[in-house]
Amino acid sequence: MERMPISRRNFLNLAIGAGAAAGLAACGSSGPGSGSGGSGSGNAAGAATYWSLSGPPGEPIRKAAIDRFNAANPDSKITPTFFQNDAYKQKIKTSIGAGEGPTMIWGWGGGGLKTYVEANQVEDLTGWLNENAALKDKIFPSSFGAATVNDKIYAMPIETVQPIVLFYNKQVFEKAGLQPPQSWGDIVDNLVPKFNAAGIAPFSLGGQSRWTNMMWLEFLLDRTAGSEVFDKVFAGEANAWSDPAVLDMLTKVQNLVKANGFIKGFSSITADSNADQALLYTGRAAMMLHGSWSYGIQQSEGGDFVKSGGLGWMNFPPVEGGKGDPSNTVGNPGQYLSISSKATPEAKEVAKKFFSTTLVDDAEIDGWIKSGGVPIIKGSDAKLGASPDAEFLKFVYDTSANAKVFAQSWDQALSPTAAETLLDNIAKLFQLQITPQQWVDSMNGVIGK
Amino acid sequence: MTTLAPPVAQVKESAGQAGGRSGAVAWMALPALLMFVAFGVVPLLGVLALSFTTWDGIGDIQPSGLTSWRATLSDPGLPHALWVTFLVMALSWVAQTPLSILIGVFLAAHKRYRGFLAVLYFIPLLLSSAAISITYKALLDPNFGLGAGLGIPLLAQDWLGRGNLALGVVVFVVSWQFIPFHSLIYQGAVRQIPTSMYEAAQIDGAGRVRQFLSITLPQLKYTIITSSTLMVVGSLTFFDLIFVLTAGGPGDATRVLALSMYQQGFQANLMGPASAIAVILVLVGLALALLLNRIGGGSSSQSQLEGA
Repeated sequence: MERMPISRRNFLNLAIGAGAAAGLAACGSSGPGSGSGGSGSGNAAGAATYWSLSGPPGEPIRKAAIDRFNAANPDSKITPTFFQNDAYKQKIKTSIGAGEGPTMIWGWGGGGLKTYVEANQVEDLTGWLNENAALKDKIFPSSFGAATVNDKIYAMPIETVQPIVLFYNKQVFEKAGLQPPQSWGDIVDNLVPKFNAAGIAPFSLGGQSRWTNMMWLEFLLDRTAGSEVFDKVFAGEANAWSDPAVLDMLTKVQNLVKANGFIKGFSSITADSNADQALLYTGRAAMMLHGSWSYGIQQSEGGDFVKSGGLGWMNFPPVEGGKGDPSNTVGNPGQYLSISSKATPEAKEVAKKFFSTTLVDDAEIDGWIKSGGVPIIKGSDAKLGASPDAEFLKFVYDTSANAKVFAQSWDQALSPTAAETLLDNIAKLFQLQITPQQWVDSMNGVIGK
Repeated sequence: MTTLAPPVAQVKESAGQAGGRSGAVAWMALPALLMFVAFGVVPLLGVLALSFTTWDGIGDIQPSGLTSWRATLSDPGLPHALWVTFLVMALSWVAQTPLSILIGVFLAAHKRYRGFLAVLYFIPLLLSSAAISITYKALLDPNFGLGAGLGIPLLAQDWLGRGNLALGVVVFVVSWQFIPFHSLIYQGAVRQIPTSMYEAAQIDGAGRVRQFLSITLPQLKYTIITSSTLMVVGSLTFFDLIFVLTAGGPGDATRVLALSMYQQGFQANLMGPASAIAVILVLVGLALALLLNRIGGGSSSQSQLEGA
């Protein structure tokens, strides 16, 4: 008499377990929940979709560009959707994989673009750009590098050049009676101990975002060994990370962590919430290595910090005895828009029209300059002087134009698989969880993957 | 995505009834079964199939035999993730069970002010995990959080920046969120215990503590097992909370299996190994559910009310 209920209970308990597991599995396969908002790739004639990053300073300018285009072209319509930086990176991949991607795919070029190309998900724009040579000629030639895969161009460079800049809080430096760093030795032996003694964190860092930590490695490796070491990694040469300069650079980073060079709790701070930048403009940290876009964020969120001249900036200082050219810089040589190969011909035409008209018009250039960015459009430096931020913009323009090498960010240049291992190991390195040698070994394992 | 299965309802079926009746009952289970097959079994089989392939999530799916399994099983991150998952599971069980029982017993008494308290206790359950995580993350921020704001050095720890502390915070937040749910289960179960048992105990001169230990706890045995099953199996699915709170960090200190699956699949574009981890998760979940059922003892329909 008791038998039947036993097996039922067994079954039900199994069902609970399987249900939980299915919940997980479903979460795996239903990534782009709001992907339907993009409604495929614009089915109606003349309709196209566009996904990009949310937040200031970019979002309002992107929105304005689309509004301008929609107003000027009543028969076609672009629908934008905006996502947070880190969320976007995953969302765009999954939705493209599921065939639910937007007509226009916003990106950083490099390794990510390469995976789209290999899967035949994006349009080859080489022919179209050759036909429209005048358009191609308007854009910085160096910006096309990260848009090129196997000698073909798969993305249109847009928006701004964004080198990584060493920002500092002038008021904090003044109060402490210190000068911005002249060299790596100056940072380690002079500034870090003195700021720590004064109760101010030497460097702000949004360590949970991981790519923020990566910028330190990029600059330090470039300053000590030049750009050749990473070029070898990029080319897929076996054991390219085993260069002694890499070990030296990693040791330097860990020594800086051990010397409390970074703000307390840096590994739980995210860059997406702009908390790292808040630490700089509130004077809790003296310096911060960040992308040039941070200028616009500090301007819009930091009260009158930027306006009152509180923000200072410089290129990363040289390292004693290093081989790298101190004019070199790293960062984003541009942002990129690709056209989905799955879009309808009408949607593709709308996208191309958007590229060749609105994205290179004067309002677009002025919008980016006003936000504290330097457009990828040639000759835009002539317009920089009129901006209230002329000083910073000229610095960015000169840094980008004079850099012997403008290297692309590592996580963007590498494939997503290698980039994830890179970011994971960088986080552990900053946590002092692994040694430099372990870092090199795990990174050698994913070269060329 | 958190699966909160309702407590198992038992349908008493007497052996003597006609076949037609039980046929009708089986038919009523059909809609649920269809849903379960469509959203549970089918994706599960899909994941199992994917674990024997190589796929970057964008291009074509390439069958590759055991490559993904080999990569997953030889990854030193797997034992670590299993260990972290186990720690979160065990610690959150240890933290939640005694507190839930005590609160449940306390709230079971029919008194007005306790009814009011019950509503208050219930509030955390109404909030979404993501909202809870964002709030705690802001409160625990070492530079702008509660400790720094109130000037209390004890609270100004690097809560989410140190491995052990971060794990502790995860367990605390999980407990904070789910204790109300389990208290509710216990409250209901305690109310089911016949008052005649307590009356008899009182006549025999048993005090409150004795009554709790000798009547309430033994009577709650099956509720404890149900609640533990929900806790243990549910803790395998903690993803949203940990992802927002620590993103698995610092380093990999709070990287549970579900997070490492997400990281492999959606950040590193390695859907094969990610599916292998998902299969491991399913197996662990099934094994735990069965194990807990065994611990509960064989015949579950044995009367708990003997002598009542």
